[in-house]
Amino acid sequence: MEFINIKKLLALGGVVLLAGALNSHALAQQKKDPKYNKMMQDSFRAEGIAGLDRVEQDATQKFCSDTQFANSKQGEAMRVKIQKINMDTIKQPSDGKYIGDWKQGESVAQSGRGATWTDKADTVVGGGCYNCHQIDPKEISYGNIGPSLTGYGKLRGYSTEVITYTWNRINNSKAYNACSNMPRFAHYKLLNEKQIQDVMALLLDPESPVNK
Amino acid sequence: MQRKLTLELATGVVAVLLTMTSSVFAQKSATDDIAKYREMIADGNPSELYEAAGEELWKKPAGPKNATLEQCNLGLGPGVVKGAAAQLPRYFKDTNKVQDLESRLMTCMQVLQGRDPQEMIDSPFQKGPKKDMEAIVAYVVTLSKGDKIKVSTAHPKEKEMFNLGKQAFFAQGGPMDFSCASCHAENDKRIRLQDLPNITEQKGAALGWGYWPAYRVSSGQFWTMQQRLNDCYRQQRLAFPIYGSDVTIALSMYMAKTGNGGTIETPGLKR
Repeated sequence: MEFINIKKLLALGGVVLLAGALNSHALAQQKKDPKYNKMMQDSFRAEGIAGLDRVEQDATQKFCSDTQFANSKQGEAMRVKIQKINMDTIKQPSDGKYIGDWKQGESVAQSGRGATWTDKADTVVGGGCYNCHQIDPKEISYGNIGPSLTGYGKLRGYSTEVITYTWNRINNSKAYNACSNMPRFAHYKLLNEKQIQDVMALLLDPESPVNK
Repeated sequence: MQRKLTLELATGVVAVLLTMTSSVFAQKSATDDIAKYREMIADGNPSELYEAAGEELWKKPAGPKNATLEQCNLGLGPGVVKGAAAQLPRYFKDTNKVQDLESRLMTCMQVLQGRDPQEMIDSPFQKGPKKDMEAIVAYVVTLSKGDKIKVSTAHPKEKEMFNLGKQAFFAQGGPMDFSCASCHAENDKRIRLQDLPNITEQKGAALGWGYWPAYRVSSGQFWTMQQRLNDCYRQQRLAFPIYGSDVTIALSMYMAKTGNGGTIETPGLKR
């Protein structure tokens, strides 16, 4: 009886120790040194629409800036938490409409403009989709940081699941992959609801050239 | 002379762009066409105009002290320009700082000529005192062309700057969550048709670091490394990096050190 208790105690102690070690490791990984913080504070100034708040990081950006930790086993729990935080920000379309006009969606996908300090507050922000994705196969000038989206609907089908997933992914890609390279288009109000509906159509309207 | 050259260049670019968009094999041929274009004007990089102006400015007395920059110490001793840019950034004892070429030149202008560095910092690129800086940079970097990138982190402050630069390279921010690493941490990536060097590896870092400062064909301007980094941050949607600030020097240190052993091809010729 006593023996078992000691064993239990030891096991418990071990768990506590391990948790403590993991926690402090996580903190050490996530805490930037004061010299770095000072450098970032002193090195930037506001210009046009680009204020100094852009240098400050939210939880997602902080986590993903430490790539070694973010990709480690110890980072797993935090990764799940970050995805949940981002998932919770997503709103479904206010008018219940997921699919807009694919032709308008194509112009949103083509434009990489907006949100820089040389843009105005009312400059329409583009999706910049072709910067990183192949989409309409007729457009040969596309990047490859993200996967090809050519044939998106044709390959995946047009089910409710696919539509909701795609909506969520465009709104906030970090809900599925904490450190996805894709901007959180709705979270930072880069694209408005109508623009997102139109990009949805580009990917999921059977009439879109993407699905021909 | 300069205007005529710019016009010819612009015509050339239009031709290249036309070929780019109409080509069936656009993915490959865009890079090929730019290479071809580079070859075509290899004997006449417009940077030469800046370089010649820079050499003149180097030797001309200026500033409140009416002195030249000829005694400027870029790290290899007073007045030694040849090979100096290939070993920057580096630690300087007199300022007790790690400096890149442009912040070091500001020190020389202040100490030797009595010029106020704040005027240089506040001036927009391609205008006023920055115009002088750009020409002088063109002159200095041309005298390292063909040298190997040879940046040291032996001094603790150099090592610290490298580590700060590495952190800054991976730091995300702004409304698009971008960091330098978003585009420059993997091999064989492109934005549209533009190839992106992987700056976390020697080969890519040497490509990035070794070809800037450069004459930028799309804007018809000579761009220093500071301006190049400034535009990176603009496209990242971050705030404005102050000219010669530590983050720009730290990133330069990270890139240059990672690219050590690669060849300096400055002034480069870029899209």
